[in-house]
Amino acid sequence: MIRIFVPGDAASLAVGAEAVVAAVRHRASALGLRYSIVRTGSRGLHWLEPLVEVETSGGRLGYGPLESGDVDDALVQGRAHAKCVGLVDQHPWLMRQTRVTFARCGITDPLSVSDFQLFGGWKGLEAAKAMGAAATLDLVTKSGLRGRGGAGFPTGVKWKSAAEAKGDCKYVVCNADEGDSGTFADRMILEGDPFSLIEGMAIAAFAIGARRGFVYSRSEYPHANLCFSKALDLARANRVLGTGFDIELRVGAGAYVCGEETALLESLEGKRGQVRAKPPLPVHKGLFGKPTVVNNVLSLATVPWIVSNGFEAYAQLGSDRSRGTMPIQLGGNVKHSGLFEAPFGMTLGELVYDIGGGTASGRPVRAVQCGGPLGAYFPQALFDTVYDYEAFAARDGLIGHGGVVVFDDTVDMAAQARFAMEFCAIESCGKCTPCRIGSTRGVEVIDRILNGDKRDMNVALLKDLCRTLKLGSLCALGGFTPYPVLSALTHFPEDFVGREHGRAAE
Amino acid sequence: MPDVVVTDKKVLEIVAAHAHLEGALLPILHSVQAAFGFVPREAIPTIATALNLSRAEVYGVVSFYHDFGEKPLGRRVVKLCRAEACQATGGNELAMHALKHFGIGWNETTGDGAVTIKAVYCLGFCSVAPAALVDGSPMGRLTAEKLIDAVEGNT
Repeated sequence: MIRIFVPGDAASLAVGAEAVVAAVRHRASALGLRYSIVRTGSRGLHWLEPLVEVETSGGRLGYGPLESGDVDDALVQGRAHAKCVGLVDQHPWLMRQTRVTFARCGITDPLSVSDFQLFGGWKGLEAAKAMGAAATLDLVTKSGLRGRGGAGFPTGVKWKSAAEAKGDCKYVVCNADEGDSGTFADRMILEGDPFSLIEGMAIAAFAIGARRGFVYSRSEYPHANLCFSKALDLARANRVLGTGFDIELRVGAGAYVCGEETALLESLEGKRGQVRAKPPLPVHKGLFGKPTVVNNVLSLATVPWIVSNGFEAYAQLGSDRSRGTMPIQLGGNVKHSGLFEAPFGMTLGELVYDIGGGTASGRPVRAVQCGGPLGAYFPQALFDTVYDYEAFAARDGLIGHGGVVVFDDTVDMAAQARFAMEFCAIESCGKCTPCRIGSTRGVEVIDRILNGDKRDMNVALLKDLCRTLKLGSLCALGGFTPYPVLSALTHFPEDFVGREHGRAAE
Repeated sequence: MPDVVVTDKKVLEIVAAHAHLEGALLPILHSVQAAFGFVPREAIPTIATALNLSRAEVYGVVSFYHDFGEKPLGRRVVKLCRAEACQATGGNELAMHALKHFGIGWNETTGDGAVTIKAVYCLGFCSVAPAALVDGSPMGRLTAEKLIDAVEGNT
């Protein structure tokens, strides 16, 4: 029996995995092979997708990026082929990674409970129950795990506050509203290793004393939602859920701001996704006014590994106050795109060139946006920045949810700054004035600069407006929109020259 | 295109099916949107009464979220990503080409009701950009030609 592995990850489907699977079936059947096809998550080597793996005596041989026409007799039997990339486990791009959160993703069938168990699944939950809630809280705190959604708040501290909060009804809410452009790690977990998230949420619920959990995902992720729903059903059938703790999947409705935790809670309650003023914090008054832990998918999916391997194993990875690994997502105009999980501490330049291989277009790299639509644009001059929370903050940037989007030298940075303001205007929840009004005024001011209308005065006005947004907004949408705008203006001032000063008319 | 007959009965069925949920309004609106292709004005008082909310509160939620429309969408719905990773790989040019081809702007439907192009901000395909969902099917490494073929090929 030959096992052939084909990703069912939506990114792989987007580049033709279904046609490749059909060709594999056709070819293998025509040869009369005894074979089975296993649909996996993605390994994260997205430039090689669709990446088919054929099990051989030496290991799983990879072939990619495939089109259906590439599938021949040699490929389905695991023999030499022009598109063979060698043994996938020994691929240099994977060998350089430290897979913790993504240890199983792409290897196992995401909806196979036996696969999950075979690769260490449920061990964290068992260990947590054996050591008790207090010891679990202590262990997660000592691991140094910080919220992977972007804010980087210590997970253990948050859990302890919720555990200490009074109330017979508490909630665990998973923020899977992965709206940051340039990020797709949550989606990959929901599609590639959903039980790890379920296990992480069960551990959180056990630690804080919650009986109800919600996963708030996005309508832009239909495949992830379908896969995760099936995983929930399987977890109930296996009595991991439904025996004292259960999880419900909720899907947002296309509002970026609902990725902000208090807007998310409002949305879960069936309201407009408007940001709440803090305090009170969600750990004290969260969903329906009850103590609530809100954690990102990656934070929760990492917890089982930490609990089963011990806090030391996790804490010894990383740099400075950023402990552990970060699933970094390389996207945009980059040659080797995909998911690269590594301990904190590489430089941005290493990520872009050594790992990413430079641009896909072959043109010079001009700018890299880190941390989603509210993240700063970094020029080449700052590529020595170390990839961790504090080093990025020191350079007026953020690592956010781990997105790294590469642009070549054809990018117009004034257009990118304008888009950041436009995006803020489209997605503002409207609750606070700086964000609601300031974003629209921001678009207008940038337009005036580009039209050469009192340039210096309008540049000063733009800076002042950004200061107001940064200091006066209720949440990160208005508060961080200045990052992409000001970084573009500071590092690429030549793009903000008015059109009468030699800028090409469009 | 099927007749959109708004009946209280259908809306009440949907409400009843979700009555046990905490904070049921979004799941209800998703179901109404799926059943009718949009959220009919007539559905709002029915939902409001059932959930003991004001009509303004329900309408406020409908109008807040980009997914809930007050008009039917086209027979084919393209969710085309406008975000940065797609911009970095030619997404703007692709989008302009496609919108011009269909003679519509963002979030508009062609006059014959065939195609709607909705702007979305990230589909999580940043590593295979530019990207779109065409009637829910993912498409990556997209070109304007591929997109137009996909939309027109199966109409």
